[in-house]
Amino acid sequence: MRRRRVLPGFGLSLGITLFYVALILALPIGSLLFKAASLGPEEYWRIVSSGRALASYRVTVLSAAAATLFNLVFGLALAWVLVRYSFPGKRLVDAIVDLPFALPTAVAGIALTTLFAGNGWFGSILAEAGIKVAYTPLGIIIAMAFTSLPFIVRTVQPVLEDLDPALEEAAQSLGGSDAAIFRKVILPLLTPALLAGVSLAFARSLGEFGAIIFIAGNRPFSTEITALLAFIRLEEYDYQAAAAIASVLLITAFVMLAVTNALQARALRYTRRS
Amino acid sequence: MKGNAKPPRVGDRPAIRRTLIATVLLVGAILILAPLVVIFAQAFSLGIGTFASTIAHPDTRHAIFLTVVTALIAVPVNTAFGVAAAWTITKFDFPGKRLLTIVIEIPFSISPIVAGVAYLFVYGLQGLFGPMLQSAEIKVLFALPGIVLASMFVTAPFVARELIPLMQAQGRDLEEAATSLGASGWRTFFSVTLPNIRWALLYGVVLCNARVMGEFGAVSVVSGNIRGQTNTLPLYVELLYHDYQTVGAFAAASVLTVLALVTIVAKILLECQGAGRAGPRALVGPVAILKEKTP
Repeated sequence: MRRRRVLPGFGLSLGITLFYVALILALPIGSLLFKAASLGPEEYWRIVSSGRALASYRVTVLSAAAATLFNLVFGLALAWVLVRYSFPGKRLVDAIVDLPFALPTAVAGIALTTLFAGNGWFGSILAEAGIKVAYTPLGIIIAMAFTSLPFIVRTVQPVLEDLDPALEEAAQSLGGSDAAIFRKVILPLLTPALLAGVSLAFARSLGEFGAIIFIAGNRPFSTEITALLAFIRLEEYDYQAAAAIASVLLITAFVMLAVTNALQARALRYTRRS
Repeated sequence: MKGNAKPPRVGDRPAIRRTLIATVLLVGAILILAPLVVIFAQAFSLGIGTFASTIAHPDTRHAIFLTVVTALIAVPVNTAFGVAAAWTITKFDFPGKRLLTIVIEIPFSISPIVAGVAYLFVYGLQGLFGPMLQSAEIKVLFALPGIVLASMFVTAPFVARELIPLMQAQGRDLEEAATSLGASGWRTFFSVTLPNIRWALLYGVVLCNARVMGEFGAVSVVSGNIRGQTNTLPLYVELLYHDYQTVGAFAAASVLTVLALVTIVAKILLECQGAGRAGPRALVGPVAILKEKTP
């Protein structure tokens, strides 16, 4: 369907948009990729596959996976409770779910560190059980779980609200138990939204910086995330290494963006059909 | 149970319901509420006098000032961009539209550290324009312009992503009617389009502002952290915290926390006006948006 352009302002608005995209987004991203590419394949590979870099990918990816898995369960439970039940203070709980989005990451970082440090409210209790959270990978997971929680809740919530009660009633009339109906009827309907939320949460966790660096301890090879390694290389004036490592994060983000978009498109199609 | 009695909905049995609510509230209290409480508890732990003197300290005031100035530049510019981008994408068909929509969303998925590093390779000494800027004695990095640019990068999609799904859903008929009746483009925008998108626009602006004022990673790369000169409030929080001035750090952090709470309240109020509802929240990815309008 081809339409004639009847509305004015095409040139102006497209011009502004392209100028801004070029200046603010494309120029820095292009410069970074250019810098990384100018290293040459051998040097680039040497930097991005160094032991310390590999260890940082491992910490980042494993922590992000653990945090996402936690949020998959907790986020789903939270969305379920908010949609299906009524209880005093529900609106407040619903509102506070957005706190991780609204709270600056540095503030979240120092607050979580203070809570989970050895002398903190939770840290001191956990210390008696022999569990250390702050300055261990567990701390990284908690910081990631905090910052990415809203993604899963807010993706699942609307789908759960729109769920047709007739489907559950039909399953009940056929004698299904609650557990069986949840697993075989409800969960499959939520899966596309859950997947979309999971990919958003995982992507966010991979790139998170502010909330993590305070609680992580930042020891090379054990609690150093990739974003921090790029930052450290900069502070050491090793710009080539910083460019190479940042480009790894950038390319990962592009891949995650593609995955997220595919999953979101699928989730949206699914929502509309049901 | 009688034969025709309707069974409770799935998960509505009291035992399940109570367990789930209790578990969720407990975990939520630990993970979300406790951080909120600890910020204020720490900020006021040495009494209100210490809190007040931290806030009144010239360095704190300067950090607040720098944060506000950054927002005053970055937010309006990003708003103008968001409106222009949404107008382009929703009111016209052109090749590459889909790509443009995806490109605008990129900052949303990039680590803020990457954004900061990328800016270094444009305006830094080892970057594209660095040497040129230095000979012209223009300071971009480690100064206000760098902070503003990095903030703009990070928040570039915020306004556009609220407007695009809404304007897509509203279609072009009203604007086309207005222009065919002889209204100019600007008149059409201000009297026809703007009233229809004002709440979503404000919604985007509020979220954009919160992120600009709270941005840490990108800004910490480009600011150079010069105390009393290039510290925004989040950077100042970090500086105090690493200086073992925990109470001061939390006092400064409490200012940002109040901002976050105000943002949440504003968000809820705007959602009551119908903003943020253009599509299932968070499901409005770029591809999804454009698939929205397949006839």
